[in-house]
Amino acid sequence: MIPTPFQRAPSRLRTGLILFALLAVARFAPAAVAVSEDAAVVAARLTLLKEVQETQRDVADLEERKGITAATLAVLGKTPRQEFVPDEQRPYAYENRPLPIGHGQTISQPYMVGLMTDLLKVKAGDRVFELGTGSAYQSAILAQLAGEVYSVEIVPPLGERAARTLDRLGYHNVHAKIADGYYGWQEHAPFDAIIVTAAASHVPPPLVAQLKPGGRMVIPVGASFLTQHLMLVEKQQDGTIITRQILPVKFVPLTGRH
Amino acid sequence: MAPPRRLTFALALISAAALAYEILLTRLFSIIQWHHFAYMMISVALLGYGAAGTLVTFQRARLEQRLAQTFTLAASLFGVCAIGAFLLAARVPFNALEFLWDLRQPLWLGLIYLLLFVPFFFAALCVCLMFTRYAVHARLIYSFDILGAAAGSLGIVALLFVVPPLLALALIGAAGLLAGALAAPRDWRLQRVGALGLALAVVYGGCTWTQPLRMSMYKELSQTLEVMGTRVVAERSSPLGQVTVVESPQIPLRYAPGLSLSAPGEPPEQLALFTDGEGLNAIQRKLDDPAKAAYLDYLTSAASYHLLAHAQVLILGAGTGADVLQAQYFGAAAVTAVELNPDVVRLVQDDFGTFSGRPFTQPGVKLKIGEARGFIASTRERYDLIQLALIDAFGASSAGLYALSESFLYTVESLQAYSRRLAPGGYLSMTRWVALPPRDTLKLIGMAATALEHNGVRDPGRRMALIRGWRTVTLLVKNGDLNAVDIEHLKAFCKSRSFDLDWYPGMRADEANRYNQLDQSWFHDGAVAMLGPGRASYVERYKFNIEPATDDKPYFFHFFRWGTLPELLRMKQDGGLPLLEWGYPLVVATLVQALLASAALILLPMWWLRRRAGASVRAQPWLPTAGYFGCIGMAFMFVEMAFIAKFTLFLSHPLYAVAVVLFAFLLSAGVGGRSSSMLRSRGAGGVPATVWPVVAITVLALGYAWLLPHALPPLAAWPDVARIAVAAGLIFPLGFAMGMPFPLGMAALADSADGLVPWAWGVNACASVVSTVLATLLAIHLGFDVVLLIAVMLYLLAACCFAPRTATVIQHGSRRTPVPLPTPPAGAFGGGRSPRPPAPASAGARGRNLQNKQSQR
Repeated sequence: MIPTPFQRAPSRLRTGLILFALLAVARFAPAAVAVSEDAAVVAARLTLLKEVQETQRDVADLEERKGITAATLAVLGKTPRQEFVPDEQRPYAYENRPLPIGHGQTISQPYMVGLMTDLLKVKAGDRVFELGTGSAYQSAILAQLAGEVYSVEIVPPLGERAARTLDRLGYHNVHAKIADGYYGWQEHAPFDAIIVTAAASHVPPPLVAQLKPGGRMVIPVGASFLTQHLMLVEKQQDGTIITRQILPVKFVPLTGRH
Repeated sequence: MAPPRRLTFALALISAAALAYEILLTRLFSIIQWHHFAYMMISVALLGYGAAGTLVTFQRARLEQRLAQTFTLAASLFGVCAIGAFLLAARVPFNALEFLWDLRQPLWLGLIYLLLFVPFFFAALCVCLMFTRYAVHARLIYSFDILGAAAGSLGIVALLFVVPPLLALALIGAAGLLAGALAAPRDWRLQRVGALGLALAVVYGGCTWTQPLRMSMYKELSQTLEVMGTRVVAERSSPLGQVTVVESPQIPLRYAPGLSLSAPGEPPEQLALFTDGEGLNAIQRKLDDPAKAAYLDYLTSAASYHLLAHAQVLILGAGTGADVLQAQYFGAAAVTAVELNPDVVRLVQDDFGTFSGRPFTQPGVKLKIGEARGFIASTRERYDLIQLALIDAFGASSAGLYALSESFLYTVESLQAYSRRLAPGGYLSMTRWVALPPRDTLKLIGMAATALEHNGVRDPGRRMALIRGWRTVTLLVKNGDLNAVDIEHLKAFCKSRSFDLDWYPGMRADEANRYNQLDQSWFHDGAVAMLGPGRASYVERYKFNIEPATDDKPYFFHFFRWGTLPELLRMKQDGGLPLLEWGYPLVVATLVQALLASAALILLPMWWLRRRAGASVRAQPWLPTAGYFGCIGMAFMFVEMAFIAKFTLFLSHPLYAVAVVLFAFLLSAGVGGRSSSMLRSRGAGGVPATVWPVVAITVLALGYAWLLPHALPPLAAWPDVARIAVAAGLIFPLGFAMGMPFPLGMAALADSADGLVPWAWGVNACASVVSTVLATLLAIHLGFDVVLLIAVMLYLLAACCFAPRTATVIQHGSRRTPVPLPTPPAGAFGGGRSPRPPAPASAGARGRNLQNKQSQR
């Protein structure tokens, strides 16, 4: 289905409104951001946000939802990505691309972070488990939407840096530890949402067990820098598991008739 | 004056070292980066050969006057730079994965080119100078050069079996320094001692070096080693790869790709095994209770065992033996495991034998070390199940990085061969990673259908089933139609594991895409299209290349299509870039770079010479010379690459194929070059001398292209030594003829336009570099037979370019005044030497052509 200009118009209007709102939020209410930011950084982030907003297409989700939700965009807009990357990557923090964070790990493309966040459908008060803290950017985004975020990392220097970053920026509802995440975090289970950002050859069965009925789990699949697709695991109310594989883009492998 | 003995030995040594260096670099970069980038870096760096030709063109007199000194200096600098350039290049923060995001990456890549260019330049300078200075004794020079190159090609392969790659690097550096010391003039005693001392120091350093290679941190091995508590417990290295075993006592490895979400338990204790830092493969701990291996039943590859009992199983690509364990878990009657890399087997069986319980020597298990196609061709057995293991690394596979790798494991002919070894009712089971949208799965279905049709099966779809998990997908091909009972078993298997059945004969569309849902039923729809009447048009319209791979075009992993590129680039912002299949555009980029650099290296000296020279130089046969040496340089590589591909199957080992074909071509071309003087004298009858070898090449190459596919397969069961002898014997006459055009042309040029000699050498070198890349591209699109055909046409074209002039020169053999040369320096290219007799062929650079070959192995 090709969207007509009439269908597009409201979305543009919406973009404008959201950006305006974000600008206001970023200027006057830097809620979780403990560090002061200069105007240039804010502007860069808004440009990035605009990009993310503009590039959203029909995401190949079965629910035919379009684009990234306003709530997620708002959170992306007030999270200082530059604080989560190593110093030498700061100048690139507001480019819509994955960045290296050392130790063979990356911070995802903001668009992908937004997409994964949306797929998790977290709401206020939710308990979220994250396998692979990495830069903690994703944890910080989730922390602003959910109740508590429990995150584990198996690369010690990354885990330590992430904990410091979260502490410094005041994301106190993220609980990070350095541990084996295969068995989840039993004390705080079950979880409303789980995100597995560490490369995994399979979905740890204990994590599936710690997912609440109705809960959702997201796993990006692909090599470093190159997320091929996202896997969404949904636990139905009756406990049955459905998995979905979602391409981040609308890409139809067949061309039209010749 | 004949060249001093020490200089010729030094030449042989530097030729050997330079060729060995090229092969070693491929190995080293495959370890620290990914092999396709190795290919790219070395291809471009090899233009150091062209650059040396250019420098000699400009500074011939000065350099030739102080030949021994220059040689000493250049050879020693090669020795030092060979080591230095690699160590520096390894520290360049180039990250291939960020290439399209980060503008600094192309600059880093350029820096690596520059670094690697330096040692090749110095080595080429030695060879080129010897060749121009002693053109009179060119056959002698040529024999030393080519024997050196041949020794280098075999020597490095042998060396890599016994020493780690970094020690091999030190030895190559030392060889360069030794060549320098050998070449040093008598009054350079201090320098000689210095070079020798440095060589000793380098070898000592290499022996005591303990630090491992710094691998890209995005390789699987590096990432695993970041996990707390992990450490490397064993490492073995050979030309087939560096195999590393890692233990992770704190956080268990739990490698089970595509394990069903319904799996009851986790995998048992494992050790991780990596080849060149990629392709994780797990060594399982021996289980006292086989029931603990239940997880092996929750992989898509287990499907076939639910259709068979007490099967005779053949596993191709057995790796660490996980598939053997799976077969045993299901009570297979007998298991034959085929694995290419003996290091992997040794690690599993010996070094960690107690841990693994030696899976390959269990009762009922037979192990065969060798290549899968060779085994299939030589066996008379029939099997109930042939398993093609998932051996390529997921990361590299998903990024399309294998596009350039020839794979004879997945071709229409290989699938035909596998199916012929199936017992009645037996299954061929092939497991691949899930790629979205589907690529390799659909290609494989099309190939299996084609293979079955070639084997005389009417409706291939009736024999196939496709099982898809969230991470892996398994295609089953039965020797016979799938019946209702089979299908019921498969349905039960899939249902309890949340796997999707995406194809079985008689399937309804609404049964597909149930458990691992995609927004469209891509796999089922694709299978329906690939197994229905509209296959050709579907393949045509698909946005990835899913045309069947064949033995002639063995590029299973090539999925790239130009038409899709703009769409993918547009989607860069929203995560569409990973859909881009990388390997192919990289070859194109390499070709463009090599072409541009070559053009500069060829045109610059031409422009300079013409600008400074009088009318006599402008009247030189520039174009025919470039045409001739360009064509033969290119054609030589094309023939060689085509025959390496053709013999890879026959010799059933990629490494043997390269080593044997390369060595046979080098040796026979050397002999042919030496014998070319015989032809020249007879050529005076009026037929240009170059015609005879070109006729011979045409007849032999085309004859082989027609004959080999029929003649070789029946010999597949012969022992290795016999097959190597057959291959070498077949190559010899062809190589013999191919060794002639270059020295013939050079000799003629030396007579008629001596000033062009180093330039022609450079043209030839550049053409060989460009042609290795070009041959790969041509083979991807048109197949190796066409590459061979183009080579023959290039030889014919070369004969047209130069032959008449050659004949003229020979007929008027007495008029051999060196070309009047530009001033200053007066008589630059003549160098005060006496006019040359026509007889000796000067043929220094034949070996250069061959060297480039290695860059893509």
